[in-house]
Amino acid sequence: MKKIIVTFTFAALAYGLAAGDWPGFRGPLGNGVSDEVGLPVALDAKKHIAWRIDLPGRGLSSPLVVGDRVFVTSSGGTRQDRLQILCLNAADGSVIWQRQFWAMGSTMCHNKTSIAGPTPVTDGRRLFAIFSSNDLFCLDLDGNLQWLRGMTLDYPNARNSLGMASSLVLAGGVLVAQVENDSESFTAGLDKQNGMNLWRVDRPKSANWTTATVQKTVSGGEILLLQSGRGIHAVKPKNGEVVWHYADGASTIPSSALADGVLYVPSHGLTALELAADGRSFKQKWRSSRLRPGTASPLVHRDRIYSLNSAGVLTCGDVDSGKRLWQLRLDGPFGGSPVVADNHLYVFNEEGMVQVVDLSSPEGRIAGEMDLGEMIQCSPAVSNGALYVRSNRRIWKIARKTQL
Amino acid sequence: MVVALGFTPFGQAAANELDKSVAALRAVGGEGQGNTAAGRALQRLAKGGAGTLPALLAGMDGANPFAANYLRGAVEVIAGNTLAKGGELPLVELGEFLLNRSHDAKPRALAFELIRRVDAEAAEQLIPGLLGDPSVDLRREAVARLLGQAEGFLANAGNKPAAVLLYRQALDAARDLDQIKSISGALRELGRKVNLTRHFGFLVDWQMAGPFHNKDRAGFESVFGPEKNADLSASYDGMDGKVKWQGYSTGDEYGMVDFNKPYGDLKEVTGYAQTEFVSSIDRPAELRLGCKNAWKIWLNGELIFGRDEYHRGMRIDQYKLPVQLKKGGNTILVKACQNEQVEDWTVQWQFQLRVCDATGTGIHSGRKMNREVAAQ
Repeated sequence: MKKIIVTFTFAALAYGLAAGDWPGFRGPLGNGVSDEVGLPVALDAKKHIAWRIDLPGRGLSSPLVVGDRVFVTSSGGTRQDRLQILCLNAADGSVIWQRQFWAMGSTMCHNKTSIAGPTPVTDGRRLFAIFSSNDLFCLDLDGNLQWLRGMTLDYPNARNSLGMASSLVLAGGVLVAQVENDSESFTAGLDKQNGMNLWRVDRPKSANWTTATVQKTVSGGEILLLQSGRGIHAVKPKNGEVVWHYADGASTIPSSALADGVLYVPSHGLTALELAADGRSFKQKWRSSRLRPGTASPLVHRDRIYSLNSAGVLTCGDVDSGKRLWQLRLDGPFGGSPVVADNHLYVFNEEGMVQVVDLSSPEGRIAGEMDLGEMIQCSPAVSNGALYVRSNRRIWKIARKTQL
Repeated sequence: MVVALGFTPFGQAAANELDKSVAALRAVGGEGQGNTAAGRALQRLAKGGAGTLPALLAGMDGANPFAANYLRGAVEVIAGNTLAKGGELPLVELGEFLLNRSHDAKPRALAFELIRRVDAEAAEQLIPGLLGDPSVDLRREAVARLLGQAEGFLANAGNKPAAVLLYRQALDAARDLDQIKSISGALRELGRKVNLTRHFGFLVDWQMAGPFHNKDRAGFESVFGPEKNADLSASYDGMDGKVKWQGYSTGDEYGMVDFNKPYGDLKEVTGYAQTEFVSSIDRPAELRLGCKNAWKIWLNGELIFGRDEYHRGMRIDQYKLPVQLKKGGNTILVKACQNEQVEDWTVQWQFQLRVCDATGTGIHSGRKMNREVAAQ
């Protein structure tokens, strides 16, 4: 596939990943933007569902893609206490390997979510998968367990009866696990080699389902941007030390989006924070109540920001001013976040309808739709000309079949 | 049925190596302690043949949850590789492991999974013997089978007496809520009485004291009178004056103890409930609590656990708390805090508590004043 933004490639290769890989929640930069081109737009189930396979359990975590392999988590069993990790062949969906572990922490969650809620992350050599039970497994890409953690066993009040959902991120070579809840709330930086704590810091005692973003600094370092009800804490990934704090509050459901040195935070609607290139400070750029996101996280593409509200309205704003440019009503509700590829926005609603919005149209235009017929709450993965999306029962590959 | 027999036992040197590797996994502790050595040991174990599977399963006996999962990782890799290469699993040895109840529940259930993966017919033949199994997963299989038989009696022959007796057997063995609800519903449709309170072992007779404050959620950490002296004749300084213990019995089938009933729908308050549980012997047990308020629980004056989470959900057996009961009377004290939220879904100020063994089998108090025992 032709790549139109080469900066992704360099960033990804630094972690042993290849261009076109989708290594974690919302992709290579954690903002839902893909450099893929040539994805199908006018979707047709007969033409564009390359494969569909059943999963052994439930889940709403996003699939990952590394090369020709797709990774996805699920949970099964009467008590949802079987934690499953699958590796599929991207070409035909066949199962390359499947692992199952016993949950060590709580497997209670709201009926609408799942124990396989958080999205795993990979550095291209190892897969790190965490579940709502705060059980964390590191496997090599051939399915061999490297190490594991049971963080509710370690910290017994680290749990959320509604379920945990913050996805893992890698920052500065450190695996970051947000275990933020009403009681024993913390974020930990873990050694990728053995899973041991490099640091662990107390976090606000409040349930939090957001996922951190990572800023690359001008010196080549990385800063971890942790979102919570208390705002944004910029943290050094090597030791958890707070660098700066935006203290004006933020949502605990949709996550921030980082693009071109600006962090778009779901805070008082949406607040744009311009980050210093050295990662040491920030200043507020604008704030807009009209760009308030619902459950789905905002997304920035080129000079536009896109936000889906709880009524299913997609709002486009100007990234420099926050001014609202246009709105387009979509068929919601949306539990998963959208992605953008080739100037088209793809989003799946909770009934399983994918809607494709042509962003080159002056006020946005629905250019394609396809009904998968099952509840979908994940954010899709985009890789090598294909979308990968999962429900509680299945995973689909959506692509131009000529690419197979 | 394919039966793989005669798996060659590995030699003494290999056995010693296996023991060392299993020991490394069993040494894993909290916060990732021992993970590095365990990772290396796992690589060694994963190279073993299918003949090592029973030993790896046995290695899970008495192991902590970390070690059990490591060993499961090795078992899955070995079994997967063996089958991928067209090999066979040691079905007889796995079956013998499963049938030996001196082994832990989890590895026995895993042995069953492996058997079913390669020989569904053999697994099916094992299921009737699993009805009273210590493994909740295994007994679930047998309960499901009885349910199917009972439904068959009703559907095909209209044989209600036979169906009722099968449902009764199934209910006696069932430990999972969904199965229990399904069975009790069927029995009631057939005109039979079911005492779910007794089946679960919910504690229904309590003494309550309250309300105390929980302003700014400070009540959770505050030490009110009942935590200092839980004598039933004591009186305390409550939120609105002196409070005393007063009797409370719940008629809720699932043992819900509702503070709103004696005190009204209050907010920012704390209440206490205590009961005496009479155990016939010294024994391990579990206190299983469901509660959507912040709570603490004491057994015989010792704090067992507490959690300051509000209105994130509640279910039966939400918290499983291992305890040691002493022979005779055991005092259970529960503290429940209600917060300031005003939404419809935050009205509840309640809990449900049962005493059971590790499989979820209800243990009943020997105290005759306990109504659920008196109903026997």
